Amino acid sequence: MEQTVTKPKSFQEIILRLQSYWAGKGCAVLQPYDMEVGAGTFHPATTLRSLGSTPWSAAYVQPSRRPTDGRYGDSPNRWQHYYQYQVIIKPSPPDLQELYLGSLRAIGIDMELHDIRFVEDDWESPTLGAWGLGWEVWCDGMEVSQFTYFQQVGGHDCHPVSGELTYGLERLAMYVLGYDDGNAMPFNDPDAPIPLTYGDVFQEAEAQYARWNFDVADTDVLLQHFIDAEAECARILEQPADDPKTGRRIVMAQPAYDQCIKASHIFNLLDARGVISVTERQAYIGRVRTLAKMCADAFVQTKAGGFAA
Amino acid sequence: MPDLLIELFSEEIPARMQAKAADDLKSRVTNGLVEAGLTYSGAAAFATPRRLVLRVDGLTDRSPDVKEERKGPRVDAPEKAIDGFLRGAGVARADLIERDEKKGRVFFAIIEKPGRPAAEIVADVLDDTVRNFPWPKSMRWGAGSLRWVRPLHRILCLLTREDGSEVVPLEIDGIVSGRSTEGHRFMAPGAFEVTGFDDYEAKLKRAFVVLDATERADAIWQDATNQAFASGLEVVEDKGLLAEVAGLVEWPVVLMGEIGEDFLDLPPEVLQSSMKEHQKFFSVRNPKTGRIERFITVANRDTADQGATILAGNQKVLSARLADAKFFWENDLRVAKGEKMAPWLTSLEAVTFHNKLGSVKDKVDRVMELARELAPVVGADVDLSAEAARVAKADLASEMVYEFPELQGLMGRYYSTAAGLPDAVAAACEEHYSPLGPSDDVPTAPVSVAVALAEKIDVLTGFWAIDEKPTGSKDPFALRRAALGVIRLVLENNLHLSLDRFIDAQLVRHKGELIDAVSNDEVTALVEAIAKHGVFGAAYRALKDARNGEDTTGLEAMNDALPDVSVDLLSFFHDRLKNYLRDQGIRHDVIDACIAMEGNDDLALLVARAKALQEVLSTEDGENLVQGFKRANNILTQAEEKDGVEYSFGADPKFAEDPTETALFTALAEAEARINPAMEAQDFATAMAAMAALRGPVDAFFEAVQVNAESEVLRRNRLNLLSSIRGVCLKVADLTRIEG
Repeated sequence: MEQTVTKPKSFQEIILRLQSYWAGKGCAVLQPYDMEVGAGTFHPATTLRSLGSTPWSAAYVQPSRRPTDGRYGDSPNRWQHYYQYQVIIKPSPPDLQELYLGSLRAIGIDMELHDIRFVEDDWESPTLGAWGLGWEVWCDGMEVSQFTYFQQVGGHDCHPVSGELTYGLERLAMYVLGYDDGNAMPFNDPDAPIPLTYGDVFQEAEAQYARWNFDVADTDVLLQHFIDAEAECARILEQPADDPKTGRRIVMAQPAYDQCIKASHIFNLLDARGVISVTERQAYIGRVRTLAKMCADAFVQTKAGGFAA
Repeated sequence: MPDLLIELFSEEIPARMQAKAADDLKSRVTNGLVEAGLTYSGAAAFATPRRLVLRVDGLTDRSPDVKEERKGPRVDAPEKAIDGFLRGAGVARADLIERDEKKGRVFFAIIEKPGRPAAEIVADVLDDTVRNFPWPKSMRWGAGSLRWVRPLHRILCLLTREDGSEVVPLEIDGIVSGRSTEGHRFMAPGAFEVTGFDDYEAKLKRAFVVLDATERADAIWQDATNQAFASGLEVVEDKGLLAEVAGLVEWPVVLMGEIGEDFLDLPPEVLQSSMKEHQKFFSVRNPKTGRIERFITVANRDTADQGATILAGNQKVLSARLADAKFFWENDLRVAKGEKMAPWLTSLEAVTFHNKLGSVKDKVDRVMELARELAPVVGADVDLSAEAARVAKADLASEMVYEFPELQGLMGRYYSTAAGLPDAVAAACEEHYSPLGPSDDVPTAPVSVAVALAEKIDVLTGFWAIDEKPTGSKDPFALRRAALGVIRLVLENNLHLSLDRFIDAQLVRHKGELIDAVSNDEVTALVEAIAKHGVFGAAYRALKDARNGEDTTGLEAMNDALPDVSVDLLSFFHDRLKNYLRDQGIRHDVIDACIAMEGNDDLALLVARAKALQEVLSTEDGENLVQGFKRANNILTQAEEKDGVEYSFGADPKFAEDPTETALFTALAEAEARINPAMEAQDFATAMAAMAALRGPVDAFFEAVQVNAESEVLRRNRLNLLSSIRGVCLKVADLTRIEG
């Protein structure tokens, strides 16, 4: 009944197995979104596609950035740039838990030896105006994934509800591959002619970004970028739905949402530079949330968002 | 008499919600059944991470037939009214009967409701229960509209009789009831059928599910303590954690592991918090050294390697967590030792305490000043108290407290010690939050008491100054708790301090920040004057006089803002005190009689008076004296009203006619001679006893003498005598407020 699965040998093999597992379960395997984001949820394939009634099913790797987590490449388990693996299925299938457990088997976790637990953890993203209920999934006491049933996104009730799975790839890989120091784990096949570790790929850049994030980034320029992104987002959404040039109805939800993503990332950078006070913090988060809500409002006016002309 | 079994099988229910959900299931279903006319002999509810279960035994087979008679309109009522009645009652015209009533001939409808079978009622009640279940937080899933705590997968609903069991048919949002359930997710996957509760419970156990949470908790505790004991160690008891862990597993397996050598020097509280909050581990202590040396984790399954892989994984996670904690601890120690916590103190400027009351740093500054003033009164060193107030909140900016907020105060103690501050200061960092709950210990070290009082009074005066007082059940800033804290600090340390003075001083500081027209100099001058004169009013008048001719707009603004707030806050304290004393068995009228006296802002004095009064009222003399007092007071009040004069000239013994009158004069003189010095010395027991001793002479006097004598001289003298009695008694307490 329980198939024995070989242990993966590298970070990339874990990603490849997840890709093929979820492809086998019918997900569209997407590529990362081409912008700086704080987490996989920001990908429009999750945020926007969880809105409206159109069914959706996707899986993808999303490189993510959290400037405040920078440790100059010195930490064994914290990087300002890291990877999340994201699965989003709408409506959430009744066997989503079983599908998820299957993915753990696929990357070599033997359910007969490990203790897998679903521990209450409600998810909330104040910047996206989103929340959901679910769990963090524990494997032998370690959080390996976040499992969420989206209830609201961008201020809109989700109906139907999307099921979202987020795997923190570095931590999961360190566990599966048996490494305490993430920088030392093999990125590609350790028997390859040119074996590379995770650290070979990222460690130096981590130091560079940490220095820039914490001390060098020009805060005046960033502040201006924030204001510009905020203004552009609003301007895009102010345009009439009917395009005067083509004569077609084109609601520009996604270009506007790009500006929202930008503003969110710039806020994270400003936060890392330590120029945002505790009281201002809430105000900034509120401003990004306003953008996210506007974009959500626009998305439900598109065909993908369930708008019927 | 069938038995009912219900199981609601879902994805994992949060541990903290399980016990209440089981109770709610039981009460909602059984109430519903009873309302519908069924009875039962017993019921019990259970919860595991994946199921809520209810058994109801000895249910009646069907609800009884009910015959109801409903009165309608008069027979000569308009057709419309009669039709309306027929519709409402659901009967035909021909079924109505007529009867003579007082007001005439009236229609009656006989409505017969046949009983319903149990299965039908159970289906209705369960449907309603599931749809309206009081989860603290619920969700939708898939494309459905049902709300449950997490997706609901199965509804098992069986009525079991001696000759077999039947599924109660129902369907909720696409989930059809049946007789199947599932066992342990990993150890026994797949569904199986059951026939009743006993079969269900037995099959579950075979499928590696212990149904009863208490049984799981007991098994965990038993096994944990045994394993610890075998290694000469003991498990740190934690009932909350035990309940939570029992809610995370269906098949508990206890595993004990080592904490890395590197981490054993972390403060034990840090180890405990780190293990409990993030990992749900129990701490295992060496009773000889008091050190936390191992941990207990509870897995949800047996494995072929006896949990070795699971334990190794948990150990690894713990090491990573503790490495973080150690990193915070060492970084924090550097700031504490090397920089005497200075960067933390600075960063408190950026932390908002409340948008109208400024930053935490502003608060610290205010508390420091008040702690200085309180120190001499509570017997604490002034400079140490100010120093303690200055650093008491420093740890809020430390990395450890950021990660583990529940360690606030305690880390302050460690870090203050590391910074080389005196023990009294370090202790105050931890103790100034106390007492938090009504059963919490009250600090006794003078410096801790000074800071604890200053901090609580600052919070209370602050929220009073911005008019954000508790209302009804809403008390978001825990101000009732703060006031009770002040009361307990004062009473349990038997501190005699005039609360008015400190309330007023701190209100002046708050209002000074809130009102633009008030300058810092004026705040300082007012606070100094309050220290000298005792209360704001006197301080204000003294300052106003001294500044005759100068611009006193700021002072006047303060005088407009302050007194009402101050009076209101003191009466809030008195309300809390009444609650507190009532719990200790002191009558509310006794407290009122004492609150009405001068010096009621000295809570220790107030309570001493109340206790003495309660004591004396429990004696026969005391009780009767109150009657005598009231009689005297009534006669006197009536006479004073009638005559329009106040009889307070002092009676003259030479007009005494009756021997009882003479005796009363003597007794009064004696009582006064005892009461006055006793009151001076705040010896309420002696004063009250002296007062109670008047009972005999007072009673005898009223027995023998007519106060309203015909002779105007005699009458006036006797009224003046009553006035003396009243005066003497009122020195002790306001007896007019005593009931009965």
